[in-house]
Amino acid sequence: MNGLRNIDVNLYRKRRIVNFLILTCSILTTLFGLFWLVWLLATLFFHGFRYLDLSVFTQPTPPPGESGGLANAIAGSVLITFMGVFLGAPIGVLAGTFLSEYSIRSRIAPVIRFVNDVLLSAPSIILGVFVYEIVVVPTGHFSGWAGSLALALIALPIIVRTTEDMLKLVPNTVREAACALGAPRWKVTVAIIYRAAKAGILTGILLAIARISGETAPLLFTALNNQFWSSSLNEPVANLPVVIFQFAMSPYEDWQNLAWAGALLITISVLMLNIIVRTFLRTGK
Amino acid sequence: MSENNSKSGPSLLEKGFASIKQNGQAGHQTEGPDSLPLKMEVKNLDFYYGKFHALHSINMGVPENRVTAIIGPSGCGKSTLIRCFNRIYELYPKQRATGEIILDGRNILDPKEDLYLLRAQVGMVFQKPTPFPMSVYDNIAFGVRLYENLSRQEMDERVEWALKKSALWKEVKDKLNQIGTALSGGQQQRLCIARAIAVRPEVVLLDEPCSALDPISTAKVEELIDELSDDYTIIIVTHNMQQAARVSDFTAFMYLGKLIEFDSTDKMFTNPKRKETEDYITGRFG
Repeated sequence: MNGLRNIDVNLYRKRRIVNFLILTCSILTTLFGLFWLVWLLATLFFHGFRYLDLSVFTQPTPPPGESGGLANAIAGSVLITFMGVFLGAPIGVLAGTFLSEYSIRSRIAPVIRFVNDVLLSAPSIILGVFVYEIVVVPTGHFSGWAGSLALALIALPIIVRTTEDMLKLVPNTVREAACALGAPRWKVTVAIIYRAAKAGILTGILLAIARISGETAPLLFTALNNQFWSSSLNEPVANLPVVIFQFAMSPYEDWQNLAWAGALLITISVLMLNIIVRTFLRTGK
Repeated sequence: MSENNSKSGPSLLEKGFASIKQNGQAGHQTEGPDSLPLKMEVKNLDFYYGKFHALHSINMGVPENRVTAIIGPSGCGKSTLIRCFNRIYELYPKQRATGEIILDGRNILDPKEDLYLLRAQVGMVFQKPTPFPMSVYDNIAFGVRLYENLSRQEMDERVEWALKKSALWKEVKDKLNQIGTALSGGQQQRLCIARAIAVRPEVVLLDEPCSALDPISTAKVEELIDELSDDYTIIIVTHNMQQAARVSDFTAFMYLGKLIEFDSTDKMFTNPKRKETEDYITGRFG
């Protein structure tokens, strides 16, 4: 090839300049985004880290002026979050399965998909008020169950969406091959398609956990807060986001310090979850 | 691939002849397809992808326990045709077939036909290997477990039988618990063949089974087809005319959704009746 002899120098130079400009712009915007993220994390570590000691994990939230920790809020958060996933994940996975595997002849599927996308971007406070209206008002009190339900409603569309996407990634040839052996559709889905998409579906669930573990607004209307250890999900349950909200807004310095510690704790857990998801996806393939 | 063989066409033909002679199968190849007992009979089959009319009034008989090859240029409807034989096309809405396909005296296009039992009777192997994400053993046992309740020992024997039949046993006998997707491409395809025959179908459909394989794996699959034809009715779609000549007893040539010619393989390759067939086989078009 002697293409170089016929090269249009101007065209080539122009392309190089455009390349340089685009590259510079993308690097700058990346740095811009990273700058705020690093600032946020640095502030969080700077303020939160020194208050993150053992008592945070062992003692319940104190009255103002006394020493204490966040133990009841941590336990409550974990409980509410997992009950939320426990409620949301099975429905989400089944709905995602319907959309991906069974909806091919259905007219309602595009509607479900659309509604799910709306739900996916609905402000979480609206879901909180909704659960307040249908659970808290009729029962007459705030409760952990109401909190879990609100979180389940947030997790649901995420899980529906990722499940559908992950199942659709499984090539149709695999479905055909399984059907060609005379397997009924449910067997193909459960025994083969789920297995092939296992890592992806679990990733969706983990991402939903990461998302709901930091939600504050819906919990304000549902689980509210509890100064003490809760004995059941039928009563208001302490949880990290609402405690952070309450403590950070308070005039007491030791409450504010605990809020910093709590904020750092949530951030680290969500970060860890995301890292777990990534490694999981990598090894799962 | 092979329909672009304007430069290699004639030599293909010669090789085709040579392999027929080497095959030594000329005994039953001289008979016409209609003089043998038929396993399957296609009558006035039309097929539509939505509004696109893909198959036009196909009529052919598939002789029992013989290998029937379907050749033709890309897009001529070869795969579409064999996808009718186990109604796998029904996974997709908007695809429909009209006409009749008679298998053992019953019309399998009848809506009352039990699709699951049909697919257990008519096995299929696809172009790309499709191992399931489970162990080699479970890949084969999966289909068997759907219809038979075997003891552990019987299942072991069945798996071994299927793997031996598909010339894979020696290579995988020590890694039966290894995941099927970890095998090489050629091994995966033979695993898929083993999986298909493990349920003991009567008809085996092969949709370009060697197109993703290297020559050595291809040779193994072809030997396998030859061996299987004693007990099974085999229908193979292939782009490769040498392959059709090597493995099949009967060959159907399709073009633009129509069955142009169908006869014993040696007649098709030595003395085709239709001009289009001759042109395609000699590489003059396609």
